[in-house]
Amino acid sequence: MSIESQVIDIIAEQAMLDPAEITLESSLAELGVDSMGVVECIFAIEESFDISVPFNANEPSQSDFDISTVGSITKAIEKLVNEAA
Amino acid sequence: MARVVITGAGTINALGRDVASTQAAMAEGVCGISALNMRDVDRLSVTIGGQIHSYNEADHFNRQQIALYDRFTQFTLLAAREAIAQSGLVFTGELADQAGVILGTSGGGLTTQDENYRTVYEDGKNRVHPFIVPKLMNNAATAHVSMEHNLRGPSFTVATACASSNHAMGQAFAMIRGGSAKAMITGGSEAMLCFGGIKAWEGLRVMSKDGCRPFCATRNGMVQGEGAGVFVFEEFEHAKARDAEILAEVIGFSMSSDASDIVMPSKAGAARAIAGALRDAQIDRSEVGYINAHGTGTAANDKTECAAVAEVFGPHADQLMMSSTKSMHGHLIGGTGAVELLACLMALREGVIAPTINYQETDPECAFDVVPNVARDAKVDVALSNAFAFGGLNAVIALRRAP
Repeated sequence: MSIESQVIDIIAEQAMLDPAEITLESSLAELGVDSMGVVECIFAIEESFDISVPFNANEPSQSDFDISTVGSITKAIEKLVNEAA
Repeated sequence: MARVVITGAGTINALGRDVASTQAAMAEGVCGISALNMRDVDRLSVTIGGQIHSYNEADHFNRQQIALYDRFTQFTLLAAREAIAQSGLVFTGELADQAGVILGTSGGGLTTQDENYRTVYEDGKNRVHPFIVPKLMNNAATAHVSMEHNLRGPSFTVATACASSNHAMGQAFAMIRGGSAKAMITGGSEAMLCFGGIKAWEGLRVMSKDGCRPFCATRNGMVQGEGAGVFVFEEFEHAKARDAEILAEVIGFSMSSDASDIVMPSKAGAARAIAGALRDAQIDRSEVGYINAHGTGTAANDKTECAAVAEVFGPHADQLMMSSTKSMHGHLIGGTGAVELLACLMALREGVIAPTINYQETDPECAFDVVPNVARDAKVDVALSNAFAFGGLNAVIALRRAP
């Protein structure tokens, strides 16, 4: 299973949507994921990929981890997974 | 309704082991936040806190007491001893029956829980010490203060997360005001700086890794502290009759619930609590000179709190000083309002306004006079102390300079 499809599954579960409804261009806000949902997504991502995501809910835009869209999240995770490998 | 005054204060926290040293540190803008010293700290991503370093329980309590007193209870007892000694009250006869204890805590005996879960889960032991339950329970501190000082009146523990001690002090105030008690020991304590306590907070991703900078544009979260603040609230006529020194008068209290979100604060709920405290105190907003803010240093709290204060105070907001002493002692969660009330007492009694330290850059959404970095001399007649808890439960206290 690719990183992309795993990320989509995680976000779909939080957003209570079918994974097919999620595109790489979707933003979490558009999908109805609020700030608590974001924190839960990141927790699920860390657990799934055994990585540590640098994310502080106080300054989401300043984080190295770009959560603006599903695609940007996927890219950031691919980078972290590669670094960990 | 009876008037209520404060005739004793006590504390232990990262800034000091008593009120005098704490207020001196507040006036100096000392930062009590430092590297955490605890087991498994290398497994934490947040490694700073307002920890009380080189605290040795054996300096204050005997072996039997330590078996029963969690760290939060120990802190409470030390603060209560100081407060009661200052008040000069001795609880015997009728007064003992008319005096009680209402304290706030959020986590109660968390250190005890943490250590004993470790014993059974990690170390695989099948037996724990017989007194774990009475040691960890949230009302343990209240009960031990009651026992140590023979306080036999209305007593209980309040848990409303970060507003616990403000809610507790509000109940103590109401108890005396309504005639159910002549004196109340009140305030709160917290000892959440244990591995599990920090680990749980890390999960929320609202903690700063580098410092607490309330209202500052560069703020990036809260920093936890630990300790206790305890006060003697006393009926005014009772205090006057015995010629007690009065530290301040408690003139108003208000609570509200946001009824909206479990963690995100609401401007409307906070504003209702602030406005309610002014109404309860029967004062005009222009009389307020200082607000000890909830000021956690999170993005959400600080801007919401500022918006609420701006709404309630209107043009007078420009005349207000509002600082967050959490920048110095950290967020004591269930004990925070009690330690922060010391900054209000300092403002009213000594005319010294505690600063918001670590302040670097103005945030347009928090553009108040936050008394940045350096304490200020100012005459203040009325001070408010805000507390806005997770769960959306808010509690605001109003104090006036001693009559």
